[in-house]
Amino acid sequence: MPDSGSLPPQPLIAMSAGALGQLMPMALWLDPRGTIRGVGPTLARILGGRAVIGTPFDVHFRLGRARARAQETGHFSNGRRLHLWLRANPGVSLRGSAVELGYRGEEGVLVNLTFGIQLAEAVRGFGLTEADFSPCDLAMELLYLQEAKAAVLGELRALNMRLEDARRSALDQALTDPLTGLANRRAFDLELSRTLSGLEGRRPSFALVHVDLDHFKAVNDSLGHAAGDIVLEYVARVLREEARRGDVVARVGGDEFILLVREVSDPEFVLAMGRRMISRLEQPCFYAGEPCRISGSIGIALSVDYVEPDGAQMLADADAALYVSKREGRGRCTLAKPGQADSSG
Amino acid sequence: MHGLINKAVQTFLRDNYGAALWRHVVQEAGLDPNGFEAMMHYDDDVTERVLQAAMGALDKPRVVLLEDIGAYLARVEPLRRLLRFGGADYWEFLASLDELPGRTRMALPDLEVPRLSVNAANGGRFTFEVEGPLPGVSAVMAGLLRAMADDYGALALIEPSETADGRELVQVALLETDYAEGRSFDLAMPGAVEAHHA
Repeated sequence: MPDSGSLPPQPLIAMSAGALGQLMPMALWLDPRGTIRGVGPTLARILGGRAVIGTPFDVHFRLGRARARAQETGHFSNGRRLHLWLRANPGVSLRGSAVELGYRGEEGVLVNLTFGIQLAEAVRGFGLTEADFSPCDLAMELLYLQEAKAAVLGELRALNMRLEDARRSALDQALTDPLTGLANRRAFDLELSRTLSGLEGRRPSFALVHVDLDHFKAVNDSLGHAAGDIVLEYVARVLREEARRGDVVARVGGDEFILLVREVSDPEFVLAMGRRMISRLEQPCFYAGEPCRISGSIGIALSVDYVEPDGAQMLADADAALYVSKREGRGRCTLAKPGQADSSG
Repeated sequence: MHGLINKAVQTFLRDNYGAALWRHVVQEAGLDPNGFEAMMHYDDDVTERVLQAAMGALDKPRVVLLEDIGAYLARVEPLRRLLRFGGADYWEFLASLDELPGRTRMALPDLEVPRLSVNAANGGRFTFEVEGPLPGVSAVMAGLLRAMADDYGALALIEPSETADGRELVQVALLETDYAEGRSFDLAMPGAVEAHHA
């Protein structure tokens, strides 16, 4: 700290307390013992009026970060940044700096303060107005920014909510299984009812081929879900390739698939198709060098076997046939008997 | 044009003239039926198509429609409050108008708002030159400044005009700063600002 005594004398500035208060509405003048001798108008308002004059600094303020550096003249030294907390409002902090008055602070110190980061709370708590701030203080800009930010965030939040709603309804309306790119259950049901409703007066001829993977759980358990996903993509490719153009291939469960095979009445044709699928599924695909071995069980329902084909009944019958395949040792195809299953089950 | 401006025009039309009028404008201007999103950008000619459709449907001259839009903007509460940060009284508010683009940039760096420069300020008389993204922007500002005069409780005569070479002006004659009570402006935000929904 340079000794002011060795510097050439600097011109002194004299001003009234009123002028000082106008320039620094949050000024604080302490005598060398730390007693308050004067306050700016805004600080007076915060501390509860001019009655604070003559009371000790410590009654109103608690020193923040600067405490460790506190020196003589109470707590302050020239130019040091100060951080104060209001004892009466522990949520409000003030910051500023102090200069010594008179020769080596014999007249005390002058402290200029401003609000810290809790500006908005202070404005609300003390009912402050623009007139309470020095025009040099960026308080108004900070308040303005805080409101502008809140308004913009409000718009963004509303936009996000609309986008989220749109995303959800898009998901609900989605017709594709994201992993395999096959149709999903919803798409399959739509396609099946469209096929059935378009049949009036014509003898329907299509097949439902219900495929359930065998040993898939073992692959998942031993090699992990990533391996399982590879297998599912492989299965999807096989089914897609074995189906003909216009047929629907859907993934309707974890390892369950259904094909809607159009324009077919010959059971042997569909059974051969099913056997081809099974033999291709049994060729191992590899994940990280490890073979993934699966097979498939298939149940088939043919619309020509029904007097009045009903989607739910055909699905239930195909499902029952599938379980016959499973029971008889997996890796095989079974043709459903119409009405074999109770469709309500 | 920034979506906020388009959205404001949409809200103005729907609040004042009803959903049917807005649907008509949507159809006429070929807009997305969902209207505008505040935080997106749109081609400038979209805004112009909306204005043309509204002028046709309401049978209003362009200047009148734009003045109404300006007045409406000043009454949207979050915006009114942000404008009131410009100054403690109407005189200070007018004097701060050249800071409008800067203030806007602080909040939304990509929002272009009209640029006002004080050409002449003589006692209570101000002449602003207004540059903005669409023809007739001086009418929008005139409507907005009139509504803000009410808000501050000031008495002022405000008219849009233009120079001989087509530059847009707004002329303000401030007769009395404290003419009426004005609306309150508490620096502390009353609760959280709600998003302004259409």
